[in-house]
Amino acid sequence: MIPVLSARKLNKQFGAVIAAEELSLDISAGQKVSLIGANGAGKTTFVNMATGYLKPDSGAIMLDGTDIGRRSPRQVARLGISRSFQIPQLFIDLTAVENLAVAIAGARSEALSPYAPAEAGGRREQAIGLLDRFGLAGQADRPISALAGGVRKLIDIAMALARRPKLLLLDEPTSGVSAEEKFATMDRVIHAVAPDAATIVFVEHDMDIVSRYADRVVAFYSGRIIADGEPTAVLRDPDVRRYVTGGLR
Amino acid sequence: MRHWRFHPLMMILPVIAAALAGRLLPTWTLSLATVAASNALVALGIVILARTGNVSFGQGLFFAAGGYGVALVANAWGVTDAAAQMLIGAACGGLLGLLVGPLIARYSGIFFGMLTLALSMVFYGALVKSSALGGSDGFNVGRPTLFGIVFIDPREADFMLYAVSVVTIGVAGIAAAILFRSEFGLVSLAVRENNLRVEYLGLSANRIIVANFAIAAAFAGASGAFALMAQRHIDPQFAYWTTSGEFVFIAVLAGYQSVMAVYVASLALELVRSFSNLYLPNTWQLVLGLFLLGVILFLPRGIGSLWAGRARRRGAPAIAEPVADRGGAP
Repeated sequence: MIPVLSARKLNKQFGAVIAAEELSLDISAGQKVSLIGANGAGKTTFVNMATGYLKPDSGAIMLDGTDIGRRSPRQVARLGISRSFQIPQLFIDLTAVENLAVAIAGARSEALSPYAPAEAGGRREQAIGLLDRFGLAGQADRPISALAGGVRKLIDIAMALARRPKLLLLDEPTSGVSAEEKFATMDRVIHAVAPDAATIVFVEHDMDIVSRYADRVVAFYSGRIIADGEPTAVLRDPDVRRYVTGGLR
Repeated sequence: MRHWRFHPLMMILPVIAAALAGRLLPTWTLSLATVAASNALVALGIVILARTGNVSFGQGLFFAAGGYGVALVANAWGVTDAAAQMLIGAACGGLLGLLVGPLIARYSGIFFGMLTLALSMVFYGALVKSSALGGSDGFNVGRPTLFGIVFIDPREADFMLYAVSVVTIGVAGIAAAILFRSEFGLVSLAVRENNLRVEYLGLSANRIIVANFAIAAAFAGASGAFALMAQRHIDPQFAYWTTSGEFVFIAVLAGYQSVMAVYVASLALELVRSFSNLYLPNTWQLVLGLFLLGVILFLPRGIGSLWAGRARRRGAPAIAEPVADRGGAP
């Protein structure tokens, strides 16, 4: 079976810092993969290379057999990879439903209409439907600037879902969310993504979240993968405990 | 948005009424209103472009391109019809906008503004040096006609130009209002706020900026045609930076919330200029400066915020509740 995402011998350096070294990774359809690692380990660099924001110095990165290593974020998005951001990247002055309407416009293949109202033709209903999956339909007409951080985080993910991606990359979906709310937030995300059965890759620092929601964990250290497998096995790995989770302290 | 009760096309009747009302206006107001309408057209283009977060300080480039294009076509082939000249001006401006747009769409903020300014001044320099186009003196063109009618009486000619310019700015304003509420208009606002996210959603921010830029350029070109018809003379001043600055001035006065505000701002500017020029010939620019200062201090979002901002605030709670009910239902 062809993996959804396949990285082969990726290298990326920023000056003297090695962010990716001979990185190879296959992700199969339907997996929920968590990327873990200390700050600077190369998780976000990997996400940025997989979405076309950064070009690898060498190596190949394939989506369903198509090389995406040299493509722009826009082209990668159109091929089927969506991402959310650690700090939500929203249009602050627009309302929640308008933010989703922009995402829905991006997901269609036709050109943008210069005369049909932005929320006509069922697009408003579609946008509210996406918000509703996250339990946010009640916030539809509020501007983003009036919404709390946790809600913005979910809207950011809802926007990534608008195009029904083959692969959804979530950069720290629970960062900035309070300890009491993080499981509820993640439950909402997993529940909302389920209908599209997308493959999910999420960067996460919280090991409770990792062990509860991931069915595979990939641990990064200094641009390399030091462990890859079942969550329980990876989290017990001595290298992971030393370099990632700090369990030996 | 669904809470908008009126459709922009409903403005066609007031536009026709305003054009016909020119019959009742004193002659001196006709040329003033024509200049105001023509300037408003360029400023409307700047407002359209500003919705993507970019301001052009060089709309004089397209204003002059439209004016010179029309003047050359008029003198070479004898095209004197006002409506045709307006369309030729829009085409010249728009085509140049499509050429220039892709080159500068990669830049943003002050760099974008300075590049547009620089390009307009390069064009100005080229015009001044080109003896074939009359150099710094420019050249004259004949009297405009409309649908084969020649206007000998100056008052009739003024009225014709007034009517054509009011209908043009009216139609442009209606088109802009439709554009603003469209999907394209919404994505343009999104580009202003976060162009990288727009790219991550699979849309090209550059193409959206270029499209808005070309529309602004076409509007400036059409306006150049009106300025030419009003003066029956063209010179490189059309492309000079002070000309461009005046258009930005109107756009700042108007703000970007209302299409109507652009015309009001342009008319207000022309009135302030005419009267202060009349009564304070040596200090009229001071009056203009104080006027702008007053608007910036008391209406930081422009004249349009007098009515457009309030309508939105009033509208918001009225629609928030039913949506909240729907969201709460299982």
